[in-house]
Amino acid sequence: MARFSVMAAALGGILLGGALLGAARAEPGMLRQGQLEHLLRQDCGSCHGLRLTGGLGPPLTSQALAGKPRELLIATITHGRPGTPMPNWDALLDDQDIAWLADRLLQGHPPP
Amino acid sequence: MMRSLLFLLLGLWLAGCAQPGLRGSGDLGVVIERATGSLQIVESTGRTSLGRVEGLGDLSHASVVFSRDQRYAYVFGRDGGLTKVDLLARRIDRRVVQGGNSIGGAISQDGTLIAVGNYEPGGVKVFDARTLALVADIPATVVPGTERRSRVVGVADAPGQRFIYSLFDTGEIWVADFSQPGQPVVSRHTGIGNQPYDALLTPDGRYYLAGLFGENGMAQLDLWHPERGVRRVLGHYGRGERKLPVYKMPHLEGWTVAGGQTFVPAVGHHQVLVMNTGTWQQTGAIDVAGQPVFVMARPDGRQVWVNFAHPDNHKVQVIDTETLRVVATLEPGPAVLHMEFTARGDQLWISVRDGAEVQIWDPYRLEIMGRLPAPSPSGIFFTSRAHATGL
Repeated sequence: MARFSVMAAALGGILLGGALLGAARAEPGMLRQGQLEHLLRQDCGSCHGLRLTGGLGPPLTSQALAGKPRELLIATITHGRPGTPMPNWDALLDDQDIAWLADRLLQGHPPP
Repeated sequence: MMRSLLFLLLGLWLAGCAQPGLRGSGDLGVVIERATGSLQIVESTGRTSLGRVEGLGDLSHASVVFSRDQRYAYVFGRDGGLTKVDLLARRIDRRVVQGGNSIGGAISQDGTLIAVGNYEPGGVKVFDARTLALVADIPATVVPGTERRSRVVGVADAPGQRFIYSLFDTGEIWVADFSQPGQPVVSRHTGIGNQPYDALLTPDGRYYLAGLFGENGMAQLDLWHPERGVRRVLGHYGRGERKLPVYKMPHLEGWTVAGGQTFVPAVGHHQVLVMNTGTWQQTGAIDVAGQPVFVMARPDGRQVWVNFAHPDNHKVQVIDTETLRVVATLEPGPAVLHMEFTARGDQLWISVRDGAEVQIWDPYRLEIMGRLPAPSPSGIFFTSRAHATGL
């Protein structure tokens, strides 16, 4: 009996983990993507430039980000960079939004 | 009959191809259209748009100063472009791309020099206001451990043909004195505080205050007594409270001074701070709806208008300067980026970026007087700035 519940818990954990992984991989809906695109250009753009060529914040063009790991981008957007003006965006965006933004930047955000 | 018809047609044809008619320029202004790299030329007498000038490059963070005859606007663009626009002919007079990344600048007291503060390459370049020929290049301090130079912010024109500005990365205030012919005399004030992000010069040109991002407080320099050095003011605000994330850098300029009181955004706190103008002691802290970006006094000093960073940027609040209370919370529309009063305060123009319009408010009745369509409007600048020190 005890053994069964351990197995059930483990199985539950695997299922739950899988569900979370699935959620993290899912893309935001089209409406949300439009909002994020707007946020990227306008609000990220207020420090990094509308064309993401840099400003108070560093450039975020695909050339500038070449070789930067996706996880680093996600961590930077999520937690900000202490000691710099880069704020933590996790107060406004969920994991899925942030992953989508990181991918968008790595793909090369098209200029307006 | 035939002849009068011909004259009429000739008259219409001439009117069609003539330059804009004779007019003054004291009521003109420009609206930055950030997404399209264009300027809309507006006038505040009839509250209309007069035309558009295109081809100004990346205007994602642009600011403007005016020639003393109020005919020319000098536009500082994100891409390092410095563009001189003829407001009467409504065309670009001259344009140079003088740096890789700039944020703003100033025009000298006598109107002959334009200084541009650059992020890349970090430093200040000074140009002849008439020709835009380079007059002086003043590189900023090299950031320790790197090869790049400090980014420059908060460039203002000080009396005595001086420019004053702050170095973001190395925490300095520099004064470049152009009063003698030849190369400028530059005095450096170091160790002024961590990450000055912008600055204001009081309207009389006496006090320069740089806001600090990396720590609480502001760095103040008395230009009547530069030998006394830079001293710290507002060092205690927000102590013990957790800083909130700042999604847009606040701005400072001379219009935060409302007579004997100066109102500035608190960084990382949803507050406007109040100081005594001159002693620079904090006298109050007013809770507001978000992280303040612009804090602007109505020219009569009775009200202060505040807009906010994302995600509260659809709101504007009005503070009564006598009671230090918020007397109105307005919602002009999505993404209010900037506000500009006419010189005598009868109108307040507000850019509503995502509403794609500029709204003209009566700041006494708190009512909208008019609207002008504009794609992604950001900064609004009236030619009355030509005769104000430090704007």
